[in-house]
Amino acid sequence: MATIYIDNKPYEVKDGNNLLHACLSLGFNVPYFCWHPAMHSVGACRQCAVKQFKDEKDTRGRIVMSCMTPASDGTRISIDDPEVKAFRASIIEWFMTNHPHDCPVCDEGGECHLQDMTQMTGHVYRRFRFKKRTYNNQYLGPFLTHEMNRCIQCYRCVRFYRDYAGGRDFDVFASHNHVYFGRHEDGVLQNEFSGNLVEVCPTGVFDDKTFNKHYTRKWDLQTAPSICVHCGVGCNTIPGERYGRLRRIRNRYNGEVNRYFLCDRGRYGYEFVNSDRRIRRPLLRPTPHDGDSSGGESTVAGEEALRHIADLLYFGAGVIGIGSPRASLEANFALRSLVGPEHFYSGTSDTDSRLVAMIIDILSKGPARSPSLLEVESADAVFVLGEDVTNTAPVLALALRRSARQKPMEAARKQHIPCWDDAATRNAIQDAKGPFYIAAPYSTRLEDLSAHSYHAAPDDLARLGFAVAHELNKALPYVEGLPEQVRSLAGSIAGALKDAQRPLIVSGTGCGSEAVIQAAADIAWALSNGGRRADLCFTAPECNSLGLGLMGGHSLDGAFRAVQEGAADTVIILENDLYRRADEGAVNNFLGRVKHAVIIDHLTTPTSHKAEAALPAAAFAEADGTLVNSEGRAQRFYQVFVPEGGIQESWRWLRDIMITTRRAYAREWENPDAVMAALAEALPVFKQIQDIAPPAGFRIAGMKIPRQHQRYSGRTAMFADITVFEPRPPKDPDSPLSFTMEGYQGRPPSPLIPRFWSPGWNSVQAVNKFQSEVGGPLHGGDPGKRLLEPAEVKEIPFFKAIPGAFVSRKGEWLFIPVYHLFGSEEMSILSPGIAELSPRPYLGLNLEEANNLQVSAGEEIEVNVNGAVYQLPVRHVPGLPAGVAGLPAGLPGVHKATLPAWGSLSKTSGMVEVV
Amino acid sequence: MERPLTQHMRPDGKALSLQEYEKTGGYQAARTALKMAPEEIQAMVKNANLRGRGGAGFNTGLKWSVVPMGDDAPRPKYLITNADEMEPGTFKDRMLMEGNPHQLIEGMIISAFAIQAGISYIFLRDEYRTAAKRVAAALSEAYDNNCLGKNIFGSGYNLELHLHTSAGRYICGEETALLNALEGKRAIPRTKPPYPQVSGLWGKPTVVNNAETLSNVPHIVKNGVAWYKGLSRSQDGGTKIYGVSGRVKRPGLWELPMGTTIRELFEEHAGGMQDGYKFRCLIPGGASTEFLTGEHFDVKMDFDSVMKAGSRLGTGAMIIIDDKTCPISVLYNLEHFFAHESCGWCTPCREGLPWVEKLLKAIEEGQGQPDDLEKLEMHGEFLWLGKTYCALAPGAMEPLRSGLKLFKEDFERHINEKRCPYGNGRIF
Repeated sequence: MATIYIDNKPYEVKDGNNLLHACLSLGFNVPYFCWHPAMHSVGACRQCAVKQFKDEKDTRGRIVMSCMTPASDGTRISIDDPEVKAFRASIIEWFMTNHPHDCPVCDEGGECHLQDMTQMTGHVYRRFRFKKRTYNNQYLGPFLTHEMNRCIQCYRCVRFYRDYAGGRDFDVFASHNHVYFGRHEDGVLQNEFSGNLVEVCPTGVFDDKTFNKHYTRKWDLQTAPSICVHCGVGCNTIPGERYGRLRRIRNRYNGEVNRYFLCDRGRYGYEFVNSDRRIRRPLLRPTPHDGDSSGGESTVAGEEALRHIADLLYFGAGVIGIGSPRASLEANFALRSLVGPEHFYSGTSDTDSRLVAMIIDILSKGPARSPSLLEVESADAVFVLGEDVTNTAPVLALALRRSARQKPMEAARKQHIPCWDDAATRNAIQDAKGPFYIAAPYSTRLEDLSAHSYHAAPDDLARLGFAVAHELNKALPYVEGLPEQVRSLAGSIAGALKDAQRPLIVSGTGCGSEAVIQAAADIAWALSNGGRRADLCFTAPECNSLGLGLMGGHSLDGAFRAVQEGAADTVIILENDLYRRADEGAVNNFLGRVKHAVIIDHLTTPTSHKAEAALPAAAFAEADGTLVNSEGRAQRFYQVFVPEGGIQESWRWLRDIMITTRRAYAREWENPDAVMAALAEALPVFKQIQDIAPPAGFRIAGMKIPRQHQRYSGRTAMFADITVFEPRPPKDPDSPLSFTMEGYQGRPPSPLIPRFWSPGWNSVQAVNKFQSEVGGPLHGGDPGKRLLEPAEVKEIPFFKAIPGAFVSRKGEWLFIPVYHLFGSEEMSILSPGIAELSPRPYLGLNLEEANNLQVSAGEEIEVNVNGAVYQLPVRHVPGLPAGVAGLPAGLPGVHKATLPAWGSLSKTSGMVEVV
Repeated sequence: MERPLTQHMRPDGKALSLQEYEKTGGYQAARTALKMAPEEIQAMVKNANLRGRGGAGFNTGLKWSVVPMGDDAPRPKYLITNADEMEPGTFKDRMLMEGNPHQLIEGMIISAFAIQAGISYIFLRDEYRTAAKRVAAALSEAYDNNCLGKNIFGSGYNLELHLHTSAGRYICGEETALLNALEGKRAIPRTKPPYPQVSGLWGKPTVVNNAETLSNVPHIVKNGVAWYKGLSRSQDGGTKIYGVSGRVKRPGLWELPMGTTIRELFEEHAGGMQDGYKFRCLIPGGASTEFLTGEHFDVKMDFDSVMKAGSRLGTGAMIIIDDKTCPISVLYNLEHFFAHESCGWCTPCREGLPWVEKLLKAIEEGQGQPDDLEKLEMHGEFLWLGKTYCALAPGAMEPLRSGLKLFKEDFERHINEKRCPYGNGRIF
């Protein structure tokens, strides 16, 4: 600890930080622009100036930038000194010489850091009487607006886009007072994290274009803490709603998970909640089994639907439930309770179920630990095995960009450059690469970081992995017949991992290969042998894959068998489109055989079209629930708004079915807490689940926490065209949050933070006020509880079955999934912007292979795989090995669940000959 | 009088060839130096009190002494010649490089050896096309004759020397911005610490010296510290290339003992004012120094003496301002240059200088307002060392700060009469 003196008062601060970090952590209001808690200091804007004194006797002092000055023991500064205050005001005055006074029509207005800092410094009167500088704006794609006239040249955008997120198609151009931030020409921003510019920009240069289309002021948004549902990372978010429409997603800081940034799928995927494809009322549809083939459907009241479903359950020959990895623990557990554990199916394919179960086994029965993203950032040697992280777990990829810097940063430490001095650190590191290795089936975005990249078929990736494990522990089996350069690569990867303080292995379900996952486990276990720490990070395909995996349940194929064998004739499908899980034929067969299919979902899907009854489920923003992310961290999300129509949470529908079918205990399930209590009792692995957030009855000074800002406007007027009486705000029996403006206005417990706001801090920068230290955990600890911890084992259960080398087949190709940030995920593709950027279905081949087949990019080719025939244009996918073809995962019309699989290709002219 | 830097130059202004240079004793110093201990050369240059000729006046040997030496020092180390001579009114490095490029190259070999650098660059101003050709020709001669490359003069010492022609910005003369430019990045300065000697080009130990500074080094090594100090009329060692421009009879460049007085330069060498013009004031060392007046004629042109007189020696290239040129238009001209050359990195410089420029233009065009002077003073105070990121804006403020005092009456007349009293209101 160091003692620093601020305006003559002593304060204890952590060693090694700069003065701005120290002052903000202590709660002082020091204005800043170019400094960012994740991107640190560059000293460009000069806004955070303070006056530094040599010692007690020094009365003159000198102005220094607090972000560039170490908070070392004995430092004496003044924030309130008149000269430095005048200097800080003059910085704003300089910004304002060119900044337009268009706040009333600017989307940033009301949550603008520039507005806040202008207020803070006290600059009021305009003295600059000349013309302002103007710029042309650019079209940057469907996600961001660009209004360069508002730019104050803090350089944050370009530092985030290029230095932090690894983007290349955005830069700073020109010089002096005509510096320009944008692309070399109009066009869609290519980086997966471009949406963060909305929050990184301290004013309205980059704003959310989707929000702009249904804009409302920040203070008119109803918000609640939520969790992103578009992949398994579990980023914390703040969705905002007004008038029954979800308007936007903002980042919710969680020091252990997403921290400051989201990916574009997570930020912009929300529009499915407003989609035309929503099921908004219970639907009943006569089925051929009823002797009615008219196919007409009718919306009915909830009670009628429930009675109908109760009848089905009562008279049916047997009921099974199919759960979903995109539904909450509450919903899945309610279904499991309704049908009984023996009739509960996880709703994922055999392969997916097996892979997730294996991941859970590895993380709970072996010595390697699943790291949080904060821990990922500090890993100093990384081996990514078989995963296209940027497209399957994007924010993990952002964290890996930090880990790739750890080792090179030693050069800066040797030169005594503090790690917060960003420009000097980058100068010292230059483009040095750390021990960062990628082995994947095709070329991936993170390869700009990697010391070496290796592309091979899944089995060959696993073999490389097992070879690395063997290098680390010679008692593990030797991989026979490995090419010499692969063996030497295994040697260098093993050496780098062994030399590291914090080695990290990243793998996941992306390849659809058990062997890849097992090899990753063996490497991490071999490293942890002897009590060393080695982290093992698996990606999970969906937002609650691990939660569902922990709950257990048979795979979807089991459900198919049960119906086939006549063990059941009625099925309740929870938030699941079976056509994304299995071959079309198998699903058709299954749905044709069941007498009664009931679906509870928020979207109409090919599956829901075939259901006899459909119950409108609440989407994530309309429900409370719990999800378990790929780290094994259970996190709670809260209802943002009360949806119109007959929509309610899936678990409530299931509870209502239970009550209708006279299961008395379900009457006690009044809120999610009760469901969680039942879950914790039924399955001990969930015993901590009740501690992840305060219970529904939690109050602060007798008050709930309001979802609406205290400046929420027009509550008495917003429905005046319908009724002159002010409608009573809806009650929320489920959580300590309320659907009102009134309530506790202070800082709530960290899992319940509905928005970051503090007096004088209206922008996202207010997060500083919610952290125990800038960039550190939220006050009271970061939310979420880890359900998976490594086991202390005497004997590590190493995997010893090594697959044979991949052998390409004549006239056949191994089809593997290729992942797309935009397109591979089911719900986000309903957002128009994401749909616009998602690729059309294609067949991926590497260039050489395409040349051998004499097909050029764009040319259509017939793909025959898993009994399905597709007519797809060819696209070059760099890195794909010979004999391996790629199909985009999850795109409409292409089924991922059944890949990898062997199949054939034929040109319109006939079968393709292998040249 | 000895003029070691220029006395052997050809009268026709063409460059000395390697052969010609060697005839005047060229590359003897390098041969000697490569047999010495590097630290010995460092000490020699330090004791000779060779002060940085780029304008900052830092002791060259002292600058070198911070470079990590020994076997475990990071490598490669770099020695860079700052020849991005873009200070208004200054042409001394150009003359040295056009007239005797081998002198610079020899200086670089010795200096690079003194810090054990393996790679060296000449960072040359874009517009110096003639110098570029002559330096390139000299480099190729030097490589052909084992003055550069592997095992120089059989000493076992290797040095690669590259000529880099800049894309041309004033800020590239700032040594850390120069490093960024050389790395292919935007020419914006870096903070110190870390100093380039520790973390410079590509993050490795680097020394950046001015072209004139390095041209002095062979003569120190060849003739010794005492001789070198004896050349000077002040504490600073050696001679200096001084320049005078403006409406004087004989504008030009002269190599003279360090510490020659302003009077001697102005009256004897430049021949005083042209007929019909009277002396008003002068800027002693390029555009970014404060004005001096007639009362400073006896000030010695060395670093400490000019500092004592309230300005800086800078590049030693003085600009004389006459009585018929409107001093506000002079200031406008200077600030227009600086505003345009701001790199755009820090707020005060990027936004403040254009405001200053606009205010001066308005005043010169008769549209000044009484509180404009207050705004200009605010800039003079806040665009100052430590408040801005580098020294560009403070340099721009030096003439403004002194001009506001010196030309107070002119400012007031412009504002009160709503016109330029010099008749033209001409912005040039």
